[in-house]
Amino acid sequence: MRALLWRDIRLAIRAGGGFGLGLAFFLMVAVLVPLGVGPEGALLSRIAPGILWVGALLASLLSLDRMFALDFEDGSLDLMAVSPLPLEAVAAVKALAHWLVTGVPLVLISPLLGVLLSLDPAGYVWLVAALALGSPALSLVGCFGAALTVGLKRGGLILSLIVLPMYVPTLIFGAEAVRRGAAGAEAMVPLLLLAAISLGSAALLPFASAAAIRANLK
Amino acid sequence: MSIWEYANPKKFMQTSAWALPWVSGLAVILLVAGLVWGFFFTPDDYKQGATVKIIYLHVPSAMMAISAWFMMLVGSLIWLIRRHHVSALTAKAAAPVGLTFTVIGLVTGAIWGQPMWGTWWAWDPRLTSFLILGLFYLGYIALWAAIEDPDTAADLTSVLCMVGSVFAFMSRYAVLFWNQGLHQGASVSVAGGDQVSNVYGLPLAVCVAGFVLLFVTLVLLRTRTEIRARRIKALIARERAVA
Repeated sequence: MRALLWRDIRLAIRAGGGFGLGLAFFLMVAVLVPLGVGPEGALLSRIAPGILWVGALLASLLSLDRMFALDFEDGSLDLMAVSPLPLEAVAAVKALAHWLVTGVPLVLISPLLGVLLSLDPAGYVWLVAALALGSPALSLVGCFGAALTVGLKRGGLILSLIVLPMYVPTLIFGAEAVRRGAAGAEAMVPLLLLAAISLGSAALLPFASAAAIRANLK
Repeated sequence: MSIWEYANPKKFMQTSAWALPWVSGLAVILLVAGLVWGFFFTPDDYKQGATVKIIYLHVPSAMMAISAWFMMLVGSLIWLIRRHHVSALTAKAAAPVGLTFTVIGLVTGAIWGQPMWGTWWAWDPRLTSFLILGLFYLGYIALWAAIEDPDTAADLTSVLCMVGSVFAFMSRYAVLFWNQGLHQGASVSVAGGDQVSNVYGLPLAVCVAGFVLLFVTLVLLRTRTEIRARRIKALIARERAVA
């Protein structure tokens, strides 16, 4: 398992494209929005939580189709399927690797983008906490979507059609936590719900992903 | 005699051919009766005026939109467990019908909401979860259409249907447990305490029954089409093999 994790992380970092791309995209969103709606501080700080979360969502979506596609094409996925490691664990490890290379950098860079969007100072802690708790759910749900569409030729569009509706609860509670935190209100409830979504999908979705991979490899 | 006999496509075709005129006829009678009764023979509400009558389309279609997903879930589970092709095809056949009901529910809701709430749309939990259900239908249909191998398509859509039923469930109970927002609570419940007076409730019940039968009719029809499409494909493949 550890070998697979290291392999995936190394591949993601060295092969280029996937790793930096998500971050750059996240940065671009944070730069484009103020240019689009105008640099008015009050307005920006009001919409900042939503923009940051939508940006994180789309950035994580960008790298999803690479999660299984390359391994599917060169046959490594078949090898993993016949290896002693259960396919559920493979799916979980893949999601973990995806989170480590896309989710964690997003969490780390998010305070910087908060500055660009003039997020209220009280909101930074909540932004980091909400992204840290919510982004695992994004990777896990995305892993399921990638597993469903791995055998498809035009998988990308369908992948986003399937995955984005499932991202909605994470987005709602994540942005709500940051918004309440920035306004100085009680933000613990949406944060706990966010953690619940992440834990629930960590418990259940690897099984669904493994079932989808099996159907695709048959 | 067991329910699994209908897993045989031939048996299914025979029985559905026999049942279809009855079910569809009854659906037409109930829908016409319920809608005419509802639209022309019930009084206007003292607050809402004539707009109250959209309930006869809104409530049954919203109920069926959610029920259709659970019917698809049952079909998918039977496919995953017992590999009966007919059940996978019923799930496939039900999806566009469910999507249509979802759209009817959303549109009638908007038409009613405009004069009543003063807005076509509000980001209220109930409306939002229903919209997400509609998006799930879209994803499900797109996934069926995108995969070439029919068995793989059935497997993958079944898995998607199982995951999506979490959201269908949320949409079903959003009416009960989210109190904020514009959409009112459940107006019809089996366990007593009806919030709708009988003047409206009885024609509504007729309409709901009509919509259920309409759904059954459409799913039977579409499943028969799917089975015939499979047979044609098999015939063509056989012709090619001979030639």
